[in-house]
Amino acid sequence: MSNSKFTRRGVIKTGAAAGAGLALPTIFTGAANAFTNEPGAGSVKIGFNVPQSGPYADEGLDELRAQELAVEHLNGVGDGGMLNTFSSKALGGNGILGRKVEFVTGNTNTKSDVARASAKSMIEKDGVIMINGGSSSGVAIAVQGLCQEAGIIFMAGLTHSNDTTGKDKKANGFRHFFNAYMSGAALAPVLENAYGSDRNAYHLTSDYTWGWTQQESMVASTEAHGWKTTNTVLTPVGAGDFSSYITPVLNSGADVLVLNHYGRDMINSITAAVQFGLRDKQVNGKDFQIVVPLYSELMAEGAGENIKGVYGSMNWNWQLEDAGTAAFVKSFGEKYGRPPSNSAHTCYVQTLLYADAVARAGSFNPCAVGEALEGFEFDGMGNGPTLYRAEDHQCFKDVLVMKGKENPENQFDILEKVETTPRAQVEYAPDHPMFAGGELGACNSGA
Amino acid sequence: MDAILLQTLNGLDKGAAYALIALGLTLIFGTLGVVNFAHGALFMIGSFCAVTLQRLLSISYTTIDPEKTDFLGNPAKIETPYIEGWFGPEIGAAIIDWSVPLAIIFAIPIMVTLGFIMERGLIKHFYNRPHADQILVTFGLAIVLQEIIKYYFGANPIPTPAPTAFKGSLDIGVMIGFDPNAIIYPIWRLIYFVFSLIVIGGIFAFLRFTTFGMVVRAGMADRETVGLLGINIDKRFTIMFGIAAAVAGLAGVMYTPINSPNYEFGMEFLVLSFVVVVVGGMGSLPGAVMAGFLLGILGSFASMNEVKQIFPGIDQIIIYLVAIIILLVRPRGLMGRKGVMEE
Amino acid sequence: MLGLNNRDTRFFLIVIALTLFTPFLLQPFPEGSAMAQFNAGYPDLMQRFAIYGIFAIGFNILLGLTGYLSFGHAAFLGVGSYSAVWMFKLLSLNVIPGIILAVIVSGIFALIIGYISLRRSGIYFSILTLAFAQMSFNLAYSVLTPITNGETGLQIRLNDPRILDGEGASQYTNLFGLDMSSSFKLAMGDYVFTFNAGYYFCAIIAIAAFYLSLRIFRSPFGLMLRAVKSNQHRMNYTGLNTRPYTLAAFVISGMYAGLAGGLLAAMDPLAGAERMQWTASGEVVLMTILGGTGTLMGPILGAGFIKYFENIFSKINDNILHAWFSALPDGLEGFLVTIIHPFVGKGWHLTLGLVFMLVVIFLPGGLVEGGQRIKTMFSRKKNSDAASDVKPAE
Repeated sequence: MSNSKFTRRGVIKTGAAAGAGLALPTIFTGAANAFTNEPGAGSVKIGFNVPQSGPYADEGLDELRAQELAVEHLNGVGDGGMLNTFSSKALGGNGILGRKVEFVTGNTNTKSDVARASAKSMIEKDGVIMINGGSSSGVAIAVQGLCQEAGIIFMAGLTHSNDTTGKDKKANGFRHFFNAYMSGAALAPVLENAYGSDRNAYHLTSDYTWGWTQQESMVASTEAHGWKTTNTVLTPVGAGDFSSYITPVLNSGADVLVLNHYGRDMINSITAAVQFGLRDKQVNGKDFQIVVPLYSELMAEGAGENIKGVYGSMNWNWQLEDAGTAAFVKSFGEKYGRPPSNSAHTCYVQTLLYADAVARAGSFNPCAVGEALEGFEFDGMGNGPTLYRAEDHQCFKDVLVMKGKENPENQFDILEKVETTPRAQVEYAPDHPMFAGGELGACNSGA
Repeated sequence: MDAILLQTLNGLDKGAAYALIALGLTLIFGTLGVVNFAHGALFMIGSFCAVTLQRLLSISYTTIDPEKTDFLGNPAKIETPYIEGWFGPEIGAAIIDWSVPLAIIFAIPIMVTLGFIMERGLIKHFYNRPHADQILVTFGLAIVLQEIIKYYFGANPIPTPAPTAFKGSLDIGVMIGFDPNAIIYPIWRLIYFVFSLIVIGGIFAFLRFTTFGMVVRAGMADRETVGLLGINIDKRFTIMFGIAAAVAGLAGVMYTPINSPNYEFGMEFLVLSFVVVVVGGMGSLPGAVMAGFLLGILGSFASMNEVKQIFPGIDQIIIYLVAIIILLVRPRGLMGRKGVMEE
Repeated sequence: MLGLNNRDTRFFLIVIALTLFTPFLLQPFPEGSAMAQFNAGYPDLMQRFAIYGIFAIGFNILLGLTGYLSFGHAAFLGVGSYSAVWMFKLLSLNVIPGIILAVIVSGIFALIIGYISLRRSGIYFSILTLAFAQMSFNLAYSVLTPITNGETGLQIRLNDPRILDGEGASQYTNLFGLDMSSSFKLAMGDYVFTFNAGYYFCAIIAIAAFYLSLRIFRSPFGLMLRAVKSNQHRMNYTGLNTRPYTLAAFVISGMYAGLAGGLLAAMDPLAGAERMQWTASGEVVLMTILGGTGTLMGPILGAGFIKYFENIFSKINDNILHAWFSALPDGLEGFLVTIIHPFVGKGWHLTLGLVFMLVVIFLPGGLVEGGQRIKTMFSRKKNSDAASDVKPAE
């Protein structure tokens, strides 16, 4: 036994054989552990699976920063951030259930295949007990399915599609982020207030699952407020130059353009729309308007001044004034010199929520953790009173309606809050037709 | 009618970008016989020349303004570009506003130098290697260039707007007798189109009417004989590589106001421009230009709602579909020569 | 043995041994040591080695023997995956029907695309295959979502019909009840070795695939394909129609890709559209050329090399770097971390790009040539020793 660098994992695995100084083979099957990757007494490992290359690499980077910060706070390093404002006090800054929190990182590359491979390596090689993060619904749904099979908890990062907690929901998966339905429900009344109820909307939509659910939600909610839908056009993902989709809008008779695009597609489509003078146009005696249902800080940054005055929705924003937000922005800002994005917030909060659920359940067993999260009501995490609904594992909280700021004071001051839509207004029944078709199934602990 | 005219304009605009990149690719292939998979990366580097210049011009000194606070509640730092300090706020701001056109001057020497280094340092050793090796090594180079840009500029697109003077749109419809507002087109996109015509015309004129161009054309046809005549053809080919790199770079600079540049900017164009080159016929300059505009226009028409209603998803595959049909009907693309790249 | 000559038999036995002992070979460092980061002996990666090995072996039958460079082979992989997952959804989670269908469907797909594309040669052939694959990808991502489930990828669900599976059947992909995900761990001292059912299933198929490719390389058919590569015109002048031979090679390699796709789905029942994207096609080209085109072992080496990089290097983050160098003085530690940082973790693409360039520049024959050079270096030394020994006797 010349090698003294025993980790806890190594010690347990080698167990008695090593203790006796014999290299006797010991056979472990899955059944030897109570559940997948049961942590030992010293530390526990969680996995952060975020895009580190590809279009959302910067967003992934921000998620990683937030998750690292969350781990610090859990281990009692730093100022504690939202742990001080969180309504549940089960965590004491001494890790989770007395175990030091360690983490591993992986790259999803925003592709479901790569994300699954990365998640598998975390589960099989590094022995993580939970996976957190990600920046696309496709990836979230793919990894959620994997975690369900493997028997660990998955907490999705930025995933906005209805399907994540709709027809693709899984018992081991939880989502803190809001979804397309909520965006529509929150935006429509604000849009009606701002632009009137007699409007004709033209939708440009990314031709894949998220785009479709986003479009479906926006059409339904705006039509409920009196708008008409002139046309809905699907655009290829990564179309680059959107001019050939924008020009038909010019003379279509529509007076609002809804861009159901995300990331680079949104940046390119709104740039093209502004170039073609849509913002300066008058149709039916009204000013032409553009709406981007889902905003992120990075998109706003990439689109530059094109987003001034454009409405959209967000899960959270660092400019909120509650105590939780203030505490988080302070610790994040002091560590990294920039305010956190809303996907960073989601990943940070989810890490804490997971840890808290373990502490309350008194066990790392995913089924016990899932039970502790189901129906859990909490506050002090920046979104006001929040509920993890037991029926579909979707979080319910207020939704922010944002607008591109006309006169930004600094580089981070791009969006301003228009309204906080109360939770009651964005709630829906678990069997709402836009979410129907799936079942949670039983939780899987891998035993 | 106006819809068709608008889509034709869109197509010409898109085609201009394809044609510029494809022209450079063909130039390199025709002169050096090298398949350059890093050409998209050169386009990307060009666009980042515009970003860099914008950043350079905006280098600022900071002053603390105790009146305001930043997001953490500390006194705010106010950044003022040096250039505004030197020339006064108005002229300074105007220079920054014009950074994209100014970047043309900035980008040419950079791109030509980069082209020289690439050719002398790397490509030169691959003249006699199989095309697969050339593809692999230039592809590796493209990845390296991309990752370097990502390291310094991040992955998010960076807004690089056109000068304010060129931001509006032009009512072309009125000029040719349509109703007002029927055909309006952004000024910058028109500039891009005209710019690409000038560059393409310039390259053709250069090859046709100068002695240098004549020698290069002779070298493209029969490299050995030209060499035997005592002409240093290698040196001229190196210069052509530099020119091709500059063309790709300028295409990138001018494209930045249309789409904000990001580090994968080039890869998005690479595959398409290869299809363009092959459809035009390997080694044929007019073929590349023609195919660029053709595919651009067809792509635009395919994305019209009327067409999409008949063939759902046609806009996703039109370019590939056209490429397949053309290659099956015309074995060597539109204007390809026999025996080139058929082994 | 098995119709192979002595040399090939020895070679084949070595390959079998390497494949079967992979769980040991890829786990060279003890658990918990600083180097454990470089261990690759976990089920998912081992499965990928075998599967992408099959993919590259098949691709090499086309590229290595006929010289036709296909830029659209990932389409067959994707079609294979989709077929397999549909079998898992409709028939049974037993992997056999899925894999058989994957091979058949991708074979038919390859026959159609090959029949059209092989009317052209050289770069025109490459672009035709690329165009077909990109069309498949774009359609699978959007319009064909009812069949492919688009961006999210096709997954199995609890409420799938699965008409052959009974009540108590396994909820995971399995081989007659043996779950592909089941594995047992062998702990020996500090070392932990994982033996995974799925890996051995893939490994046995990979060995069979390798054997088949060995036989093809040595057969008259293989010789004919090589003749096509060296001079197709001459073949045509002798009055021989080469098209059926190249088409056969194309379909065989398409079926290899379909097999690989089916296995990928069998190990992890998900089929995503991006498996068909041109970058995925490019990856198998890189694997084959990097390893050594036209050699038997090269593609497997190339596949292993790239998958290793993708899965191991991309996970090294700053924390791990700091842990490695924590014994060093602070300044030096910070310096080393700063230097290495751009090349690992999220920057692993940079390393990959650099390695490609270096290999292509200095080892035109790929990794296999590198191996041979090292071998000749040693044997030359031995020869010169022998020569000097002989001299005095003269």
